[in-house]
Amino acid sequence: MEVLIEFFSLQDPNIRFVLAGTILLGLSAGALGCFAILRRRALVGDAVAHAILPGVCLAFIIAGGKDPLMLVAGAFVFGLLSMVTMDFISRNSRIAPDASIGMVLSVFFGFGVVLLTFIQTTGFVDQSGLDDFLFGQAAAMVGSDVKVFGGLSLLILIVTVIVFKELKLISFDPSFARSIGYPVKRMEFLLALLMVLIITAGIQAVGVVLMASMLIIPAAAARYWTDSLRVMLLIAAGVGALSGVTGSFISYTAPAMPTGPWMVVSAALIFFLSFLLAPGKGEIARHIQKIRLSHKVAYENILKTLYSMEEEDGRTDRLRPAKELRKRRHLSRRKMRRVLSTLLRKKLITRFGGTPDGFLLTETGRKEAKRLVRVHRLWEQYLSQHLQIAEDHLHDDAESMEHLITSDIEAQLRRSLGSPALDPHKSAIPYDNDEDEPAGKKSGAKAGGRAGSGSQSGKNRRGGAS
Amino acid sequence: MSKEQTENKTSVPSGSPPIEVHDLTVAYDQKPVLWDIDFELPKASLTAIVGPNGAGKSTLIKAAMGLIEASSGYTLIYGKPLDKQRNRVAYVPQRESVDWNFPISVMDVVLMGRYPHLRLFQRPSRRDKEIAIKALTETGMDAYQKRQISQLSGGQQQRVFLARALAQDADIYLMDEPLAGVDAATEDVIFNKLKELRDRGKTVVVVHHDLQSVPENFDRTMLLNLRMIACGPVSEVFTDDNLQKTYGGRLNILSQMIEESRQQRFVRETDS
Repeated sequence: MEVLIEFFSLQDPNIRFVLAGTILLGLSAGALGCFAILRRRALVGDAVAHAILPGVCLAFIIAGGKDPLMLVAGAFVFGLLSMVTMDFISRNSRIAPDASIGMVLSVFFGFGVVLLTFIQTTGFVDQSGLDDFLFGQAAAMVGSDVKVFGGLSLLILIVTVIVFKELKLISFDPSFARSIGYPVKRMEFLLALLMVLIITAGIQAVGVVLMASMLIIPAAAARYWTDSLRVMLLIAAGVGALSGVTGSFISYTAPAMPTGPWMVVSAALIFFLSFLLAPGKGEIARHIQKIRLSHKVAYENILKTLYSMEEEDGRTDRLRPAKELRKRRHLSRRKMRRVLSTLLRKKLITRFGGTPDGFLLTETGRKEAKRLVRVHRLWEQYLSQHLQIAEDHLHDDAESMEHLITSDIEAQLRRSLGSPALDPHKSAIPYDNDEDEPAGKKSGAKAGGRAGSGSQSGKNRRGGAS
Repeated sequence: MSKEQTENKTSVPSGSPPIEVHDLTVAYDQKPVLWDIDFELPKASLTAIVGPNGAGKSTLIKAAMGLIEASSGYTLIYGKPLDKQRNRVAYVPQRESVDWNFPISVMDVVLMGRYPHLRLFQRPSRRDKEIAIKALTETGMDAYQKRQISQLSGGQQQRVFLARALAQDADIYLMDEPLAGVDAATEDVIFNKLKELRDRGKTVVVVHHDLQSVPENFDRTMLLNLRMIACGPVSEVFTDDNLQKTYGGRLNILSQMIEESRQQRFVRETDS
């Protein structure tokens, strides 16, 4: 607790440096990362991040020690070089992009490790802090580091905001962008440049091994919460910044802890929470939706069963006991009780207690049941007529589709089939004889007076009422 | 029918044609996919580009728009080089060419049609938004403005693309399969819109896959199979003979030679 207060009171100038650096980095890596994942260039980011290690080592050798500007220059040159190499390989050979990415990543990184070992064993340059560039050590940041790395992050963030509209266009529809005369090639190069720069900016705080995850994870998490690119950028930037704060805090309180991995772990935690909890797209929401759908399927099936019982004996006033329904629908006693209570709540059925005990379709319930039976049979008719599917295969397919057919699709089915009277099993297709019927007639007429559609609707009416 | 009117209109010479393409040849990996294409199209015309799969229909409009590199050839728009006249041309890519899970709304996509009228880094104005809404209304998609594009059906996606082209307010419309995979209602909407554009004096070119609907809906057609078989008014060009030339006889000498050249290249590679 004391550490927490000490950390967030920002008394220590070192903490201010570290926080400023990691927050700025998190913000711009998150925002820029959205374009990386939407354009499916996430792996390229990873390769570039690894490939800058030799640049970092060379910068140490040339400067004879750690010099932030020199580091940026070295990392930038090698980042760009790796990108050009990947592009060159996939353009001029039959090697697939993933293979060329993998090659560049490991070859450049391998070369970097060789240089690293060379510096460590010969000891002719001041190597203090060199190890930090593998996994990042924000705690080691001093004022001049923050000025360089933080300034770079800020610059990238500003550029990203300014060219947002253009980046959006070339990411979504590059061929359209080219057709209206946009300099797509130059914009793509700018985006690549920004990516190399943000990775360069992250070498001190996150390190080359993990930097790509600060591009990818916040953006991937943000995608769960929104369908708007602008909002996605904002959320990803926020997730990045928050991970920066968490990572810095942990590496401050436990000085042996590197910052990079903790930033990545916090970002991953946020991703995991998004994956679970995001409304609509999250796993929990989807699971609930699935349960709701299966519940809906169950109660719609009961409605249909009630309707077919009425069809069989032609009586709409006879009470149907729960036991009989269960016999036909093979539902557990518990599930049946839940389904029936939903139907009662929705006023689709009514209950009469006492003896005989049982359920009855209400007016709305009957209408809904009729609709379900209708779309089921229309779908069967459609399949047998247009896809020549054998009669004995039809039912199971229609059984799952009937719960998904919207009124729009139903109208299309009726237009395409001309509101037929019978399904392939020769059962009558029930149409509503009140408000829906004129619409049915109209659609029949629209279809160019297909043979007998009028008289069919007449038959339907009788069929439905029987 | 308005077909006759259109023909009359176009027969009056009035300076340079809206679009002319000269000596266009495109090859992928040495394999020619388009062979020396020449054509020009008049104002107020609605042209269908038809031909079998792999005939180079999409390639033709992409190369004419400078989206893919041509081995030779050039496009003139109202007599001037394409790059100076891009504002006057609206291109509608194939629906499958974009990621429909991209996090943007219908309105965002249609607003992109206004980008040619905006300077770099300039945001769309209120007027641009009004134009976009009007384009959406014309394609019957105004109720979907805020919808995320992944929630659209195939037909609705095509309508959104058409709305974007309308928002561009161009003189020439080049569309790649705008009627592929659409429902009957969308087909009506799109055909009506295309005819309306033509009647307003625009030059509309459509890559089309359904031969049966050509005579009824288009006034010109371009029959394509690696080379130009014929190009002109439907009544003159859309003949059994030409269709036979376009669709029949895949093994003509040209495609044999293409096959030959590929084989030879292969041999040479292994020999050396």
